Amino acid sequence: MISIRDLHKYFGALHVLKGIDLDVQKGEVLSVIGASGSGKSTLLYCINGLEKIQDGAVTVDGTDVHAKGTDINKLRQKLGMVFQQWNSFPHLTALENVALAPRIVKGKSKAEAREIAAKQLQHVGLGEKLDVYPSALSGGQQQRLAIARALAMEPEYMLFDEATSALDPELVGEVLDTMRLLADEGMTMICVTHEMGFARDVSDRVAFFHQGVMEEIGPPAQIFGDARSEHTRKFLANVR
Amino acid sequence: MEPTLKFFSGFAPNDLWFMGEAALRTLWISVLSISLGTVLGTLFGWMLYEGRRAATLTLAPVLDVFRSVPLIIQLVLFYNFAPIVGLNLDPFASGTVILTVYTAALVANVARGGIEAVGAPMRRAARSLGLSYWQDLRHVVLPIGGRAVFPSWVGVALGVMKDSALVSVLGYVELLKASQILITRTQEPFLILALAGAFYFALSYPVSRYATHLENRWAQ
Repeated sequence: MISIRDLHKYFGALHVLKGIDLDVQKGEVLSVIGASGSGKSTLLYCINGLEKIQDGAVTVDGTDVHAKGTDINKLRQKLGMVFQQWNSFPHLTALENVALAPRIVKGKSKAEAREIAAKQLQHVGLGEKLDVYPSALSGGQQQRLAIARALAMEPEYMLFDEATSALDPELVGEVLDTMRLLADEGMTMICVTHEMGFARDVSDRVAFFHQGVMEEIGPPAQIFGDARSEHTRKFLANVR
Repeated sequence: MEPTLKFFSGFAPNDLWFMGEAALRTLWISVLSISLGTVLGTLFGWMLYEGRRAATLTLAPVLDVFRSVPLIIQLVLFYNFAPIVGLNLDPFASGTVILTVYTAALVANVARGGIEAVGAPMRRAARSLGLSYWQDLRHVVLPIGGRAVFPSWVGVALGVMKDSALVSVLGYVELLKASQILITRTQEPFLILALAGAFYFALSYPVSRYATHLENRWAQ
C-alpha cells in the first residue's frame, strides 16, 4: 500500500503540494487528473523519492520513502516509473535497455537479464524489436520500451507520469493499450494523465488536483458524472 | 692527405631511425599525459558539474589559468621553479606533469559538457529503475555523455599531441627537438621539418580516422 500523509512540497517559495492525504491499495488503478502545474507529476516524484519533501510522509508497504535510513535504491525497485519523455538509453539496443537494471541493480547474470528483457519486450508487443536501437523505434514503441524496462525490475507499483502526452496522436492508442493490459493483470497503478477516456474506463478511482490540493477523489462515475467541486466540473468541461 | 675538419654532414638513413625513436617519445609522452589528463579532467568536470558554487569559485579559476597561459610559459616556469620547492624533475617528468594538467584543464570543460548533455530526465529515469548515483554515472552518464563529447575530446587529444612539441624547450628529445638537432648538423631544415611533419601526421591521422569510425558506428 502507498500511503501519503499531509504531504507538503515547495519549489523555492512555490508551494506545489499543499497537504496531500492519499492511500492507494494493492491492485488499485488510480488516475490523477488536473491542469498543468497542479502538482500531479510532482506527487509521483515524491512517491519514489526523486523529489524531496518538506513536510508530511510517504510510506510504501510501511517503509518511509523520505526517512534517512531508507535504502531508496532498493525501494525504487518496487516502484516502476514511466515518464512523459521515454528516455530510452540511446547507446543500447531495446533488449539491452531492458536488461541493464536487472543486471547491474539486481545482479542477475547476463543470460538471465536478457531472458527477463526478452520476456518483457514480448509482453509490451516489442518481441520483434529486441536488437533494434531506440533511434529506429517510433515514440509509441519507445514508450512501450520504457514500460518494459520498468517491468523488468518486477515492480509492485507502476507510476505513469503523462505517459502519452509527448506522443503523436496516432501513437497514443498503443501505449494506452499496454497500460490497460497491465491494469487487467492486476498491477497497482497511479496514472497522471490527460486521457480522460482512460481515466474513466480503466481506473478504480480518479483524483482531481487543483493548485496543489487534491480537490476531489472518487470512482470515475462520480467524478465524471457528478463532481462535487466546482473546479472539477470546470476542468472537465474544458477538456471534453 | 690533409685532414679536414667537418662541421656538417648530410642526412643519412640512420637519422631517419633517430627521428623514429624521437617520434616514439612524442607518442609516449602524449599517450601518458592525455590518459592521465583525461582521468583527472573527467574528475574535475564532474566536480564542476556537481560542486556548482564551491567548484566554480575554486577549481574553475585554477583551470582557467592553465587553459589561458601559453603552454611554453607553463613548461619553463614549472621546470625552473619546481626545484625550489624540492621537486627535482627531469624534462620528461616536468613535461608530463604540465601536459597532464593542461589536458585536464581542457578535458574538465568537455567532461562537464558531457554530463550536461545527458540531461536530468534521462538520469531520473535511470534512478527510477533503482540505479544508485554511481551506477547511473557509470552505466548511463559515462556512455551517453562520453559519446556526445567524444569529438571534442579527440580534438583536445590531437591538440595536446602536437603541443607536446613544446616540451623540446626543456631539452627532452622528442620529435621536434630531434629535428632541431638534425637541422643543426645537416643544415637541411626543409627536408627535416617536412619529415617531422610527416611523422606528426602519421601519429595523428590514424587517431582521427579511428575516431571517425567510432562516431559512425555510434551514429547507427
